[in-house]
Amino acid sequence: MLEGRDLACWRGERAVFAGLSFTLAPGGALLLVGPNGAGKSSLLRLLAGLIPAAEGQLLWDGQDALADRVAHASRLRYLGHGDALKPALTAAENLGFYARLWGGDVAPALAALGLAELADLPARVLSSGQKRRLALARLALAPAPIWLLDEPTVGLDAASVARLGLLLAAHRAAGGAVLAATHLPLPLPDAGELRL
Amino acid sequence: MTAFLAVLGRELQLAARHPADTLAAVLFFVIVCALFPFGIGPAPETLARIAPGAMLAAALLAALLPLDRLFGAEAEDGSLDQLLLSGLPPMALAAAKALGHWLTTGLPLLVATPMAAAMLNLPIEAWGAAVLALALATAVLSLFGTAGAALTLGARRGGVLLPLLVLPLAIPAVIFGAAGIEAAAAGLEPRPYLLLLGALLAVALPLAPLAAGAALRGE
Repeated sequence: MLEGRDLACWRGERAVFAGLSFTLAPGGALLLVGPNGAGKSSLLRLLAGLIPAAEGQLLWDGQDALADRVAHASRLRYLGHGDALKPALTAAENLGFYARLWGGDVAPALAALGLAELADLPARVLSSGQKRRLALARLALAPAPIWLLDEPTVGLDAASVARLGLLLAAHRAAGGAVLAATHLPLPLPDAGELRL
Repeated sequence: MTAFLAVLGRELQLAARHPADTLAAVLFFVIVCALFPFGIGPAPETLARIAPGAMLAAALLAALLPLDRLFGAEAEDGSLDQLLLSGLPPMALAAAKALGHWLTTGLPLLVATPMAAAMLNLPIEAWGAAVLALALATAVLSLFGTAGAALTLGARRGGVLLPLLVLPLAIPAVIFGAAGIEAAAAGLEPRPYLLLLGALLAVALPLAPLAAGAALRGE
């Protein structure tokens, strides 16, 4: 459903990557691997429509995916390096904003990442691992066909990685696709590898 | 629409959690207005003469204060990416941000207007016109300021660049706003000036979010 053809990304005068092609089927998973600076994060941002592709095409069901970027945005969940949390808001309020945007319920999403007890704590008192889990809880709110995950497991303990594994499995079982950039082993069985 | 209201609601919620930011802008406005009597001398006629322009300038400077964090804070923690992917077109996102800025900065300044007007010996008949003129002028600044904040996002020294970019655009608002208050103080009809200010707002209303949206998308 998602297909990249000869994608290239330039940063200033330098090509970060070029001639990159891939296809991602429903239920599929693709791991982006490569050394630091290989362009994993840039590729994810490009796929999200946050930065333009210098060359190549991104197709969704055979159509140009980025022609309507608002529609493309509604197809995906993007987890970047930043956790996108507001320190002054509680965990539930931080997630509540996205629940208003996308639908879904806050309480089960928090529970899916084991954050139910921290719901009323302001995000500023959470540890960095807990913040990451709160960012991941956005994925559990409402279904979207594509998940773009940039180093999703940074700072997570083993139990949380297992919880993320359950989320990923449920997402793929429902026909969702995952693209993840990572240096750490991810709970993604039979994932393809895209080397940058 | 739901997404617009969600973003706006979040702006208000965040402002409610950081009341110091709003309070700082209001106090800045009052203190700048209070400096004029010290500098110019307490002669009531002189003060009343400069009151309209001084209030307008002080209010616009105060409203500028929180602008450089408008998108900067969102960009730093990754929220901006999520907002751009929220399903809201960038233009609507910028409009929600501008409205949020006006509600949390412009509107509180109006509450402090009587205090500033009293300190500058503005005739009481002109207070109504002053509130209206400041309401329109700060709304124009919120819109142009949002465009400026989006354009200077990621620029080094964006905080310095922003006023240089935005304040020249606010000159017409100062001219018409001050003229309106002055007319009311002289017992004349302030309506034509306020209508011109309204026309300026009507021009900024579609243009500034459009510019801000384009700048955010190009980020």
